[in-house]
Amino acid sequence: MAEITLSAGGGGKAMARLINGVFLKYFKNSELREMRDAAYILTPEKTAFSTDSFIIKPEFFPGGNIGKLSVAGTTNDLACSGAVPLYLSCGMVIPEGYDTEKLEKIVSSMAEAAGEAEAEIVTGDTKVAPRGDLQGLIINVSGIGRTEAEWNNYSAVKAGDCVIISSDIARHGVSVLLAREELGFSGGIESDCNVLCKMLQTLYGLRVHFVRDATRGGVAAVLNEISERSGLGITVRENDIPLRDDVAHFCDALGFDPLAVANEGAVIIITEKDDAEAALERVRKHPAGRNAAICGYVRQDAGVIMETSVGGRRYIEMPLGEILPRIC
Amino acid sequence: MTINKLFSGKKLIDSLRDAIFKETLPDKTYRIMEVCGTHTMAAAKYGIPSIIPSNIQLVSGPGCPVCVTSQADIDNCIELAADKRVTVATFGDMMRVVGSGGNSLYQAKAAGADVRTVYSPLDLIKMAREQKSRSFVFIAVGFETTAPMAAGLVKTAHAEGIRNISILSLCKTMPQVFDMLLKDNEIKINGFFCPGNVTVITGLSIYKPLMDAGMAAVVTGFEPADLLSAILEVIRQVNSEKFSVVNNYRRAAHELGNVKANTLTYEVFEPSDARWRGFGLLPSSGLSVREKYEAYDAFKLFGINRFREEKPTPCRCGDILKGRITPKECPMFGKTCTPENAAGPCMVSSEGSCAAYYKYSARGGG
Repeated sequence: MAEITLSAGGGGKAMARLINGVFLKYFKNSELREMRDAAYILTPEKTAFSTDSFIIKPEFFPGGNIGKLSVAGTTNDLACSGAVPLYLSCGMVIPEGYDTEKLEKIVSSMAEAAGEAEAEIVTGDTKVAPRGDLQGLIINVSGIGRTEAEWNNYSAVKAGDCVIISSDIARHGVSVLLAREELGFSGGIESDCNVLCKMLQTLYGLRVHFVRDATRGGVAAVLNEISERSGLGITVRENDIPLRDDVAHFCDALGFDPLAVANEGAVIIITEKDDAEAALERVRKHPAGRNAAICGYVRQDAGVIMETSVGGRRYIEMPLGEILPRIC
Repeated sequence: MTINKLFSGKKLIDSLRDAIFKETLPDKTYRIMEVCGTHTMAAAKYGIPSIIPSNIQLVSGPGCPVCVTSQADIDNCIELAADKRVTVATFGDMMRVVGSGGNSLYQAKAAGADVRTVYSPLDLIKMAREQKSRSFVFIAVGFETTAPMAAGLVKTAHAEGIRNISILSLCKTMPQVFDMLLKDNEIKINGFFCPGNVTVITGLSIYKPLMDAGMAAVVTGFEPADLLSAILEVIRQVNSEKFSVVNNYRRAAHELGNVKANTLTYEVFEPSDARWRGFGLLPSSGLSVREKYEAYDAFKLFGINRFREEKPTPCRCGDILKGRITPKECPMFGKTCTPENAAGPCMVSSEGSCAAYYKYSARGGG
């Protein structure tokens, strides 16, 4: 079984082989093993529910792969909402001819990431798309969790709050661009792709007002979303935003704004001012949060403003979408 | 410590800023044109206008290659991309510029055209080798800085006998646009930030006419200290009324430029008339492929009209590039022309003066 064939999505023996040989091998839980049409689970009183789909080129990049990314992505969304992830689903569309060994690596990374989040993948679905219809794998992961704190209400944000960023920024986007090998640059920049549940769970009990992971659109997008929806302004200090020198130089050379580059392990945390130091200390204890910093504050008036490294001020705009290398 | 940090240290910045405040005469207005789009971006990125006296005005000039690309040229690119046998490759900024029909190369790509963004023109060599039955066209935009790269592509393809590569040269040169600016009586400029990157290639001589016309010409880099010390130099020249060309970018730019790169450019290209967005046809301001290399000239290969007529538009990019008006004075700015839905190339290019204004200052608020 070196390559996935169309019949592996056909519901017959080939599909059973794929499910037993790959998925059940790594997703080990009694609920999934029952192979029912739906999983029976106990839902907590206030359930958080989230879904995310993943495509990425290349599927393997320094610091992770699409499997780790998919489980980290959905469990991080739950964790940022103040929930403890409990159960996940895995929907996968596989291109015909896909290498089974590669698929196994991806599925094993998913299992590992789910283990880190202490969540179980209890239901799933597989389809195989004819060769040429699909360029790469599509993974959807949905998840539910037990809500411990409500960190996703814009109305909770207020002027005077502190802005914490949990990691140095722009590493995921840069890592993936480098891994595509289209730019003639190489470098050892690893994605920050990480399961952040444990780190964020340490913040329960503190006056945390809002949390969001700065994935697509980067820090610039998240700050603008929070500012627009809350009707408040945010100021960040360029000198306090953690950014690795190698990442900064790469962005500089290609004309990318690191604030608009995607992250998979950097989270914006908005806390009551007096709880910011305590929150920072807890986040920094987690390996993914070791570079965390308090980088700004919430203002009464509108707009996201950067105090630049030389003491100037400028607006940070909502990014446009795909980032493109600049001419010169 | 990384090299860029050498030019943004607090002590250095503070001392430059203090000197600027001390030497700026309150009854004078200092209008400085940033010739290069990268200067516009850098000034906005570091918030330079917010830390200098308000009677120093930074005005964006015509040095963003995407911004000065005419709509007719964009139309030619989009039509070429529609040819199923052709792969069109260019720099990222060109993707979003709209032609007269309101569509861009980005949209052409979504509609099925094979359009690729490259970082280096030499990427086409590999593409052309891998798909011998396709024709690969590099859309070359840029000034003296990027022209040698396009020339390098032609020479390499020629040397290696690769025949399925050509370039559509929209390259332009700086001196002619200085002439045009100096002849325009409405432009009130005291000094210029001359592009450090262009100077690396051309050397200092191209800026002499600016000095002769009674304006400061300061070649400068793109870090905060570069910009502030260039501002200080312009203020000193204006105050003393002694104008000269000053190389403030000695760490990279030599007085004579890069002779090798220049030789390469003019081996492949020769000066020709070119249409500039907002300025019209400027004599000898473009670079077209020499006859010796005509097999690599996409204009000839595909029978494209180099001087295609342009449809008039309400966009005032031309006046903005001349420094006559600021982006926010254009009636379209921030309303019918935004980075997401750009009417003019100054808004499309990340280096464009309108995009820089929109991105880094209050939307229309300045």
